[in-house]
Amino acid sequence: MSLLHFAILAPFIYAIAVPFFRKYIRGVHTGWFVLPVPALLFAYFISRVPDVQGGHKELSTVQWIPSMDLNFTAYLDGLGLMFALLITGIGALVVLYSIYYLGKDKEAIHSFYVYLLMFMGAMLGVVLSDNLIVLYGFWELTSLSSFLLIAFWNERAKSRYGAQKSMLITVFGGFAMLAGFVLLYIMTGTFSIREIIGSLDVVTGHALFLPAMLLVLLGAFTKSAQFPFHIWLPDAMEAPTPVSAYLHSATMVKAGIYLVARMTPVFAGAAEWFWLVTGVGLITLIWGSFSAVKQTDLKAILAFSTISQLGLIMSLLGMGSAAVYYGLSDESALYTKATLAAVFHLINHATFKGALFMVVGIVDHETGTRDIRRLGGLINFMPITFTFALIGSFSMAGLPPFNGFLSKEMFFTAALNVMHLEIFNVETWGILIPVTAWLASVFTFVYSMILVFKTFTGKYQPEKLDVKPHEAPLGLLLPPAVLISLVIVFGLFPNILSYRIIEPAMASILPSLLMPGDIFEVKIHFWHGWTDEIFMTIGVIALGMLLYLLLDRWSGLYGKLPQKLTLNTFYDRGLFYLDRWANRGTRSYMTGSVRDYLIYIFTFMILILGYVLFRTDSVRWYSGELAEISIYEFVLVLVMVAAALAVPFARSRVTAIILVGAVGYIVTLFFVILRAPDLALTQMIVETVSVALFLLCFYHLPKLKKEMSHMRFKLGNFLVAAGVGAIMTLIALSANDTRLFTTISDYFVEGSYELSGGKNVVNVILVDFRGFDTLLEIAVLGIASLGIFAMIKLRLERKNPAAALTSSSKPDKGSKRRKGRSA
Amino acid sequence: MEILMAFAIGILFMVGTYLILSRSLLRIILGTSLLTHAVHLLLLTMSRLKTGAAPLLGEKAGTYVDPLPQALILTSIVISFGVTSFFFVLAYRAYQELGTDDMEQLRGRDDE
Repeated sequence: MSLLHFAILAPFIYAIAVPFFRKYIRGVHTGWFVLPVPALLFAYFISRVPDVQGGHKELSTVQWIPSMDLNFTAYLDGLGLMFALLITGIGALVVLYSIYYLGKDKEAIHSFYVYLLMFMGAMLGVVLSDNLIVLYGFWELTSLSSFLLIAFWNERAKSRYGAQKSMLITVFGGFAMLAGFVLLYIMTGTFSIREIIGSLDVVTGHALFLPAMLLVLLGAFTKSAQFPFHIWLPDAMEAPTPVSAYLHSATMVKAGIYLVARMTPVFAGAAEWFWLVTGVGLITLIWGSFSAVKQTDLKAILAFSTISQLGLIMSLLGMGSAAVYYGLSDESALYTKATLAAVFHLINHATFKGALFMVVGIVDHETGTRDIRRLGGLINFMPITFTFALIGSFSMAGLPPFNGFLSKEMFFTAALNVMHLEIFNVETWGILIPVTAWLASVFTFVYSMILVFKTFTGKYQPEKLDVKPHEAPLGLLLPPAVLISLVIVFGLFPNILSYRIIEPAMASILPSLLMPGDIFEVKIHFWHGWTDEIFMTIGVIALGMLLYLLLDRWSGLYGKLPQKLTLNTFYDRGLFYLDRWANRGTRSYMTGSVRDYLIYIFTFMILILGYVLFRTDSVRWYSGELAEISIYEFVLVLVMVAAALAVPFARSRVTAIILVGAVGYIVTLFFVILRAPDLALTQMIVETVSVALFLLCFYHLPKLKKEMSHMRFKLGNFLVAAGVGAIMTLIALSANDTRLFTTISDYFVEGSYELSGGKNVVNVILVDFRGFDTLLEIAVLGIASLGIFAMIKLRLERKNPAAALTSSSKPDKGSKRRKGRSA
Repeated sequence: MEILMAFAIGILFMVGTYLILSRSLLRIILGTSLLTHAVHLLLLTMSRLKTGAAPLLGEKAGTYVDPLPQALILTSIVISFGVTSFFFVLAYRAYQELGTDDMEQLRGRDDE
């Protein structure tokens, strides 16, 4: 147990106390008590930066189930630290923001903060775990807390819908990922990520390499809302805005990115990895930015923008994986640029997108709407908010001098460099990469402009607003102010980050490209001269401006797209039919009739026993020495069989009871013949008491009716019964000749007198050798007699008149049903 | 004799199963009774019949029949007696409360 473990568990532990703050200190907003957790954790992780920068990687293990290689191993390296800083840093700002966003009296804020802390701990667990199974556990926990937070306003149907959707899609991916992890375990024999990376020679070239990669990627793509799994993210926007800013743009959706980065050392170098990660990333990038333009809800714009930016980071990680192919050579440096851009943009995206979400939250909070058709001209009312929105959007659009510009330039560089690749068939399709990147940037520019200018400039429409807008309170402005200042600082002085955060993070993603003790040297420059990238940026601005100004002319194109063929319709239909078929399927066999259930049980018994008998070739005719049979015994068998066969045909209760009694007494006789005196005695007593009991109850039970059932019903019963009889005969015949183990009976016979001093072996077994069995047998009898006593004596008063009504109406209902049937 | 017993056991199983599948509670109880008898005979037959004297050491015989199935059966007889009587009282009470012993009418409601 190290401080690192404690850092992961602290949010969980603290969450237990949160409801008590809410209950006993009602005067103060619970958020103030929560705020210290992320703030202190952030300070802790900042203090670890110099360590990690120096190449020191902390590793500490708590044993959990060592025999199954399951240990809670906390591992802090560059990549984990970068994510931990994002999680705690943005977390602290979001908690501060939520204090002003969620009223302390109106909302169930205690649950809100419990879920939020749960998420924070789970997310830290994801990025700081070395063991894949532990990572998976935390991963699903983030899905769960995301589900709870999306459904925070659970009285809204849309919230519930969005929560369910996100849960189904991300958990589906999570399961796939788990399967991928298990495949990795099968290949390497370990769940530890470090050890898997250490045994790469086993993994590459293994038959399971590709399936494992696909399954792990499925987990990453669903979590990070990559095409075509992105559909859950827009619906997740039903969550309170602080949640959207935190989970659905800055941290949780980047878990997939994290996983891809973490697994790069394992899978990178393969062509499938390169094309899948890059390709899916680019498709998501262009589709997300294209869809964002048509949205009218501010949060929907941001949701699609997040999808597209996640695609961007994903594609960069894909391009960067090409470097692994070249290994330690000069050429690989060309492609590590992409990884650098991915890491840098990850941080930048968290800053500007977090700020933009908070800005949108402010607009929503102060005007009561997020619909850009109702908004406009807010610049006069909210000048500070407008400034934040402007800077955030310009950064997102990739304009200088903000951090988004730098990472966008790097993205172009990476996309252009990739064309030089001479592997993975890039020669044929490579040109598509920079073209897609450039086009997507144009759309990004357009929606960024829509976001800021449609909201804050243009005509003010007071008649469409419920409240008069005004500037937000300081508490709501402070968190975005921090993020916006970071946007500017990282834009002007990017090298603050490069040595401390980015270099160690890259070292974790691409360890194979470093000699021991070596580091990546990252220097980010603002100006590179008149390169291709700068012309691409100018092109983006020019075309973007044109498209934005002519938006009304061409936005009608979106209406031309087929509305019924969307992924959402596919999802809804799928869910609907799945539900319906599952319902129908279950109803068709869960009929509520005991007889049907018994039929299933007996049928399966016949099938399984029959299968095993024939499969193991155990069916045989008795071949050993047979016991002799006298004429009396033969007659007895015949009488017993005849009595048994007569039972179903008995018309009256007495006949049936006496016939069963006859079978019982003949069995007693058999016990005598077959040298079992104790059995004979016991059976005799029990049989006598049973028959007496039967006759006692007989008075109270209804008369035997002739079974009024269809022939089909009877025939089915008969077939199943005959099957059971046949299979039992086979077993009885085969068992005679089969002896798999030496019997322990000899031990009982020999030890009976010496060990226990008893001459009746059966008695000795019961009371001595297996004494506990007999004790429990007596207990069973005791329980049965208590049950019988209770059933006879207990007359429960019906307190609930409704219950009385239903049970008294039951016979009526039954007779109605019977009538219905005969009719 | 074992072969004859095997077939007798099969028939007992068949009749027991058939009765258990029927609609009247009384028949079901009688069915379980027959099933128990069948199981006992099966256990006994499995260890071969008449291979020696009864397992009483006082007999001073050279070989005894296998005592283990007998011990099992003895336990089973007692338990099945408990089960049968419990079943009976259950049927009696169910009939008293609900007015029917037809399993088809004792089905759960659809909305459960």
